[in-house]
Parts: sequence; structure tokens; C-alpha cells
Amino acid sequence: MNTWIMAAITFREAARKKILWTALLAGIGFLAVFGIALRIQIADFSAGTPPFVRYQILSGMLMVGLYTVDLLAVVMAILTSVDTIAGEISSGTIHAIAAKPMSRWQILVGKWLGFAGMLAVYVIVMFGGLVAVTFKMADMSPQHPVQGGLLIYLECLVALSICFLFGTWFSTLTNGVIVLGLHGLAFMGGWLEQMSGFTEGSRLATVGILASLVMPTEAVWRRAAFLMESPLAGSLPQFAIFTDVSIPSPEMIVYAASYILAVLGIAAYHFGQRDL
Amino acid sequence: MRNLNLQVRRGEIFGFLGPNGAGKSTSIRLLLGLARPTSGEGFVLGCPAEDVAVRRKIGFLPEDFRFYDWLTASELLHLHGRLCGVSSHDLHSRVPKLIDLVGLLPHRDRRLKGFSKGMLQRIGLAQALVHEPELIFLDEPTSGLDPMGRRLVRDILRAERERGATVFLNSHLLSEIEITCDQVVFIQEGEVVTTRDLRTKNEAELHVLIRARNLTSEAVDRLSSWSASAVAEGERLNLTVPSSDVLPDILRHLIGSGADVYECTPRPMTLEELFVSIMGKDTGL
Repeated sequence: MNTWIMAAITFREAARKKILWTALLAGIGFLAVFGIALRIQIADFSAGTPPFVRYQILSGMLMVGLYTVDLLAVVMAILTSVDTIAGEISSGTIHAIAAKPMSRWQILVGKWLGFAGMLAVYVIVMFGGLVAVTFKMADMSPQHPVQGGLLIYLECLVALSICFLFGTWFSTLTNGVIVLGLHGLAFMGGWLEQMSGFTEGSRLATVGILASLVMPTEAVWRRAAFLMESPLAGSLPQFAIFTDVSIPSPEMIVYAASYILAVLGIAAYHFGQRDL
Repeated sequence: MRNLNLQVRRGEIFGFLGPNGAGKSTSIRLLLGLARPTSGEGFVLGCPAEDVAVRRKIGFLPEDFRFYDWLTASELLHLHGRLCGVSSHDLHSRVPKLIDLVGLLPHRDRRLKGFSKGMLQRIGLAQALVHEPELIFLDEPTSGLDPMGRRLVRDILRAERERGATVFLNSHLLSEIEITCDQVVFIQEGEVVTTRDLRTKNEAELHVLIRARNLTSEAVDRLSSWSASAVAEGERLNLTVPSSDVLPDILRHLIGSGADVYECTPRPMTLEELFVSIMGKDTGL
């Protein structure tokens, strides 16, 4: 019961502190800009533009839009949660809460659920909004949108869990530096894997995979991009923006889900053991 | 903490005293499971300190009284009440009464973000009482309060004692402790130094002021037979004696040494004087 009370209060905190609303407002601004860009591009097509080229350009714009949504969602996950455990420990706010009749893991999991709920709202609005705008203006939608959207959400949960893990150890600032650094590592790892495809260098691929194992956010995105991209992207690499040669396997998604559970387990254990 | 062994009687207001760094807040944190002992164990209300369920019977006001400042006063009490297992129905009637009790009724729907330090301490006290606990830990509950606020807290603590609750009070405001507590314990460097029962009239440790002329240093030195501390400054002689029974002997001794005694005023030691006599001079932290 107390876990759900903590989840509800955390969700309410996001709404009350205007984190969610500000982010959604900024997101709606992004959707508006994307819609305008799409309209301009459609207007710029001449009567002689081949349908194939027209389709690929719009498809590319959609993928860039989806990548932006993905990036915003992960940044949202990190920025909103980086202070929640670390900040409450350093300020002493946690004392009155942790002295209540509930285990520490209930506090941690409750807060995690609250943020997960907030991120679900954010991803639904942003991802759904982008898909709706593209469908309305260009009569186009991504392949496998439900799976793609869920994977973007999964990526957010990975980042969220990492924030919780290091928040039980370090200060807010250090936590933020670590999590953003890890996301940067994942980003680099993803591109190393891509580049290894061009050169067929297995050693480079191994480095990329290792980076993805340490922080699987980018790998999850690349799987999502593979699922959502136009089928032509796979057959014609020059049209694939995010997944030309190296596509994370479904096992990587299982790994990412297990990663979340493992990270949360370690975070709950350490939070339960440490002095407050 | 070392060999800390405390026994607090149910239904009393217990004062926990010691200099900065003595381990008072750490002790409370250990008893609430906020910190873990490197060795040893603690029991609260007969249950191990790490037992989560026993905290349903415990209220706690932390020293830094930081709470979710985006909540209103009323919402904060509802949150803490729910976490302690109080039903929404009970909270609906209990919360306004508690807010009124701590003098914040006009501010019940204001967010804590705009609260002063004293207001936060008042609402913090209310959150410690919202589930009608058997045992209440208060860490410096009056540090941010004005004299009226302190009196209010004093009255609330007495009312809680009447209800049957035990109050564990950690404070540096010794005058507050003196008029509120039933029993006090002094700790230093994590160990209990002494315990005092403040409910019984204690004849021990009288402070005596003697005004006399022709005091010789030899006569003052020989006062060590009756007093552990005797300090002469001109005509004034300050000393501490274990009881008033020794006063006639002291006066006979001084007069016999040739001193002319004009005044002898015994008075009980204040808690602050007792604190200083037990802890010694401040030698820095």
C-alpha cells in the first residue's frame, strides 16, 4: 500500500512542480515546429518529384522526429529523476519519510513507479503526437508504432533506473554527470557498432556491444528505429538513417528489461543498507 | 556511540542532553532505523529498532524538519497519516484539529514552500502526532520557535503525556527541558554520563553564594572537604555542595578561620549549571 502512496505522491510532485507540464508544453512546441517543417517540405515537392523519393524524404523526416522524441524522453527521464533520491538524502527530506512504517525498498520502488507513470504520459503525448501529426499531414505512419513506442519507453525506464541507482550513492550533481556520461557512452557504442558494419571490423563491434551492455539505452533506440523505419531502409542502406548495418537483436531488449530489474534491485539493496 | 544503554519509562517526557557531537541525533537515527549500528542492537517499544512495523507506533520530528514543500500543510499531514496506516476517513477529521492545535489553521491550504522556519517546525510536530503514536521522538523541536511557540509545544507535549504517549526530547534549550521533562540523561562522546529525575525535589547539587570579608586562601582551600568547587572572587565565594546538610559546618569553618560572614544563599542548581558541571568547560569540537 505504502509503495502506491509513494508512487502517487511522486507523480503528483511532477504535476505540482510543473515539471511534466513544462516538458509537455516544450514538446508541443517541438511538434508544432515539426508539423510546419513537414508542411513546407510537402509544399516544396514539385509535380515531377517521383513518389519513391517523396516517400523516402518524408520517411526520413519522420525518423528524425522520432529520434528527437526519443532524445527528449530520455533527457526528461534523467533530469526529472536525478535529484529524487540523492536530493532528498542530502537535504534531509528523506528522514521523515524513511522513519515511517515501510521498508526502504518501498520508498524507492514507489518513487520509481511514480516517475515511470509520468514518463508514460510524456511518451504517449510526444510519440502519439508526432505519429498523429505525420499521419494527418503526410498520410504516413511508422512501421510497428506500438512496439516502437514501447521501446522508447523502455529506454526511458533504463535511464530512470540508472538515475535511481547512482542517486542512492552520490550527490545530485555527481549522479547527473554519471548518468549523462553513461548515456554518452551508449551513444558512442551504438555508432561504433554501426561503423564496424562498414569495415566489417569485429573488434570495433565488440567495443560497441560492450558499451551497449554497460548502458543499453542507445541499443534499445536502434532496435526501435529498425522496427519503425521504412521497409525500404533495410534493403537500401542509403535511405536508412539509424539502422543501416547493425541491428540490435531481440535478446538485447530482454537484456535491457533484465538490466532494469537488476539495477533497481541493487539500488533498493544499497538504499536499504546505507545510513540516512 | 559506545555502550549506550537507555531506559525510558512509558508515559514520561524524557530529555536527552549532551554537547554538540555527543551523539544525540545519531542515537535517535539508530533507534528509528535511519542508521545502522556497527555493532550492538537497539530495542524500541520492545521491538528491534530495525523492525518496520513498530514505526507505526512512533512519531518523529527530525532536527532539520525538511518536508515536501510543494504540499500544503493539510496535504502533508494526510500523506504522513496515510503512510502510518491511518484511514482517510479518520484523517479527514483529525488533520484540521491537529493544524489548529499547532496554530496553523489559517495556513492549512498554503504550500509549505512559503512557510517560515517556525511554521515548518509546527507542522513538523503535527506530522509526528498525526497517527497518535505511543512514542514520539523530537529532535530539537523548539529551535525555530518564538517564546509563544515554545510554550505551545510545551503544552502539546504535556497533553501527549496525559494521553499516555512517551516523549523522547532532544534539545539544547535546557530551560525548556527543565520545565518539561520528567527525567533527563546526559551523554558525552556516545556514553551515558548521568541520569536525573526532575520530578522529585532534588536536594543534591546546591549552588551556594557566600559573601564574607577576611577570607583567607587557606580557609577557601580547606572547603574542599565539603565542596568540589569553591571559587573566591573578592568578598564573594561561590561553591557547589552535595546537600544543605553541610552548610552549618562550612559556616563554622569560615567563621573559625576569622572570616566575617554577611550572607549565605543556597539555591538549587539550574539544569544549565548542572550541564556545565557535568560536561566541564567547552574545549572546542
